[in-house]
Amino acid sequence: MADSSIEERSVIGKTDEAAADVENNTTNTMVEEGMRLLNKMEISVAEAEKRMGKNTVSMAEAHTVYLIETRPVEVAAECQNTPPDSLWRRYSEFELLRNYLLVTYPFVVVPPLPEKRAEFMWHKLSSDNMDPEFVERRRVGLENFLLRVASHPVLSNDKILYSFLKQENGWKEMVLETGFQAKIDSKLKTLNATFRVKNPDKRFSDLKHYSDDLQSVTSRLLQVRARVADRLYGVYKVHGNYGRVFSEWSAIEKEMGDGLQSAGHHMDAYASSIDDILEEEEHYADQLKEYMFYAEALRAVCTKHELLQYELETAAQDLASKKQQREELATGTVRTFSFKGMTTKLFGLETAEQREAKLKVLEEQITEGEELVKEKTTECNEFVKNAWEDIEHFREQKDRDLKEALISYAVMQISACRKAIQVWSNAKECFNKM
Amino acid sequence: MSGITADPTISCTPAQEIPADLSGQMLELDEDDDLEVFSKDTTLTDGSFFNASMPTSPASMINQYKFEEEADDKDIFITVDNPESHVTAIETFITYRVLTKTTRSEFDSCEYEVRRRYQDFLWLKGRLEDGHPTLIVHPLPEKFVMKGMVERFNDDFIETRRKALHKFLNRIADHPILSCSEDFKVFLTAQAWELTSHKKQGPGFLSRMGETVRAVAATVRGVKNRPEEFTAIQEYVDTFSQKITSLDKVTQRILKEQKEYLDELKEYGPVYTLWSGSEEELVEPLKGVASCIERCCREKEEQISHLSETLVPSLHEYVLCAETLKSVLRRRDNIQAEYEAKNDMLANKKADREVEYKDLGFVFGSFLGKNPEEAKQQRQQRLDGEIEELKEEIDKLEDKVECANNALKVDWARWQKNMRGDIRGAFLSTAEKNIDYYEKCLAVWESFLLSQKSEHSVEGTREQQAAKDARPQDT
Repeated sequence: MADSSIEERSVIGKTDEAAADVENNTTNTMVEEGMRLLNKMEISVAEAEKRMGKNTVSMAEAHTVYLIETRPVEVAAECQNTPPDSLWRRYSEFELLRNYLLVTYPFVVVPPLPEKRAEFMWHKLSSDNMDPEFVERRRVGLENFLLRVASHPVLSNDKILYSFLKQENGWKEMVLETGFQAKIDSKLKTLNATFRVKNPDKRFSDLKHYSDDLQSVTSRLLQVRARVADRLYGVYKVHGNYGRVFSEWSAIEKEMGDGLQSAGHHMDAYASSIDDILEEEEHYADQLKEYMFYAEALRAVCTKHELLQYELETAAQDLASKKQQREELATGTVRTFSFKGMTTKLFGLETAEQREAKLKVLEEQITEGEELVKEKTTECNEFVKNAWEDIEHFREQKDRDLKEALISYAVMQISACRKAIQVWSNAKECFNKM
Repeated sequence: MSGITADPTISCTPAQEIPADLSGQMLELDEDDDLEVFSKDTTLTDGSFFNASMPTSPASMINQYKFEEEADDKDIFITVDNPESHVTAIETFITYRVLTKTTRSEFDSCEYEVRRRYQDFLWLKGRLEDGHPTLIVHPLPEKFVMKGMVERFNDDFIETRRKALHKFLNRIADHPILSCSEDFKVFLTAQAWELTSHKKQGPGFLSRMGETVRAVAATVRGVKNRPEEFTAIQEYVDTFSQKITSLDKVTQRILKEQKEYLDELKEYGPVYTLWSGSEEELVEPLKGVASCIERCCREKEEQISHLSETLVPSLHEYVLCAETLKSVLRRRDNIQAEYEAKNDMLANKKADREVEYKDLGFVFGSFLGKNPEEAKQQRQQRLDGEIEELKEEIDKLEDKVECANNALKVDWARWQKNMRGDIRGAFLSTAEKNIDYYEKCLAVWESFLLSQKSEHSVEGTREQQAAKDARPQDT
């Protein structure tokens, strides 16, 4: 996984390249090998800073900006001291970038951003967006987002992405000029409208169910984990009271005094050890969160496919009904009910000219309709092909990342156990001396 | 045991990693917590709560003997077990089997089996305290519970009580003086009707009333010249009582937090199992994690049981002990106060005797037709008699005070030693159990890692290594 939480700077070199190679050799023909952005350029979100600004109602408001640093790989390798190019971006600009990518590459499972507001917090962590711990974890999340996008076979070639990383001023205007927002509006409208696909693609409906399951299960997992963390915090912290009372008690004891006093220190150590343990676990929680949001992105691809297919079916349906109308008009038979037919029966047949005119219009419409169906079919097929490639890529990445996350979770548990064994062994020695 | 290095520097000096101010980090003990009403009358003090079931474990019974100094030359073994319910027309009560095995010569047989109820234990304690007011008699479990626990006949309550009664008798058996008490012997050996008749033989109600009145009078008067060492003991007892009560509360709170943690943990594992249902590649690791969590739950349950059965009762016992100590010190004070009072009386009488009768007494005497010289002599003789009586009483009281003081001194040393042993034992056992819990959990997670490693050798190792390298090193 693109985990660079420990170091500020990171180059996702080996692991992703290997994965990239695998993909390149098997399925990916979209991008030439070695052409991905991340292979050429180091990217990092190095810092976060608070800025004061005015919001839409001209009131003073603080927001955070993040420093994006980039450096060509060869330069970085040669001399570490070359200062990187850098610019500052706000979270809202990241959101803009992502929305642009979503619309422009609807068949891609677009990597998610870190959460906008802190959720699934256990009691000690604050839900304040300005809280330094939250900001730090968001910085890491944003870096992770950029690294994922820049290593994606399709997304990494995007010009807007490149400008986002390189061009501080005028980027926002550039994005808006692409007119992608118009596409959102129209697509949103259609998305909101309930539509039914007649022949759903089984693969996509399975995928839809899977993404719903993934989202709900990761959400539940995060919830329960936070509660467990909360309780564990309580257990450890209460032991701190032993430290205090032992210390007070040791004052009146002769033989027991030393043992009590030192045992008390170990109880204090035990109580304070939980802070680090739970902080580490937050990284695990962040990994789960990323995939909870990824599930949404996956679902979005399915929905877009559904939309395309619906459009195709609608176009095909229109075409079919137009053809039928032509047939009826040509042969004079009315197989389906229509007002025209009724009025004809009531008020007399049309003239031959009228019929000719109508037929001509219909023929045009049919030709158009056939073009449209062809177009839509191609669009749909292209989408399916591209989407499925990306979904495979996503699936492999997900399995890898989550497996690693579970393993690292086990490693965390082991480390916590070891710490506790150490503390209690020390305490035991002190008790022995009492 | 890999990974455990006993670092002597850490155990002897404050570790550097401990922050200076912990006040913000410790959970405060709520004052209105679910615990006892602290009362000076031991019969009203609450019992602690035991939600986990507690079968009689041989280990816990062996612990009774672990730190006894006379373990090697023990010649009397007592067990309290087998609680049974008895229903009569007027009441329902529990009796316990008291089994005694002994080689002591004062016992006619070497094995006795009797059934006793809580009232009988109360009687025994009373008798021992009456006979030896300044000896420290191990406390009995509380008479009844105020809050929380509803039933006297709840299994956990009965089991807790049984263990405490067992300890009570064994502590008496270990005591060089108390174990020779006739009442003790009768308690262990007499059949029900024998015990009832023996109970009636004790000092009657009125004589005990008389003693109580004197004791109250002495309390009101107060002791004037308490020896320094007993004042020191008093101060110790006051502080000890506070600290042990705090520890009792802290431990109860830990128990509560652990139980709540376990409840959440039980919900946690199944979510991983649920997830595995919609995955393919991830099925094994997800199920693995679920199973690890499940096993940790079981270990946690054991840890909680152990805490309930070992540390909680031990600490609670010493909360009761603190009250016993306060009573003992009070009784010692009263004995001294009685002696001092009599001494004062003697001084007054002596002063009386020396007073020269002036005119008034003379006059009265002659009024009554007595020779003034005679009257004076009669008075002096009377006073002398009284003084002699007083002196005798004072001698006896002086002996009584000295005996009481010596008895207390010796028993105090005994008590401290026992306390050290008991407390050390209880905390040691808890620490060991905690280590055992963490070791078992460690093993569970390590075997999970191993299973994941073997599945995807190259990728897994690389991933794990990267994860390990990224982790902060263990101290």
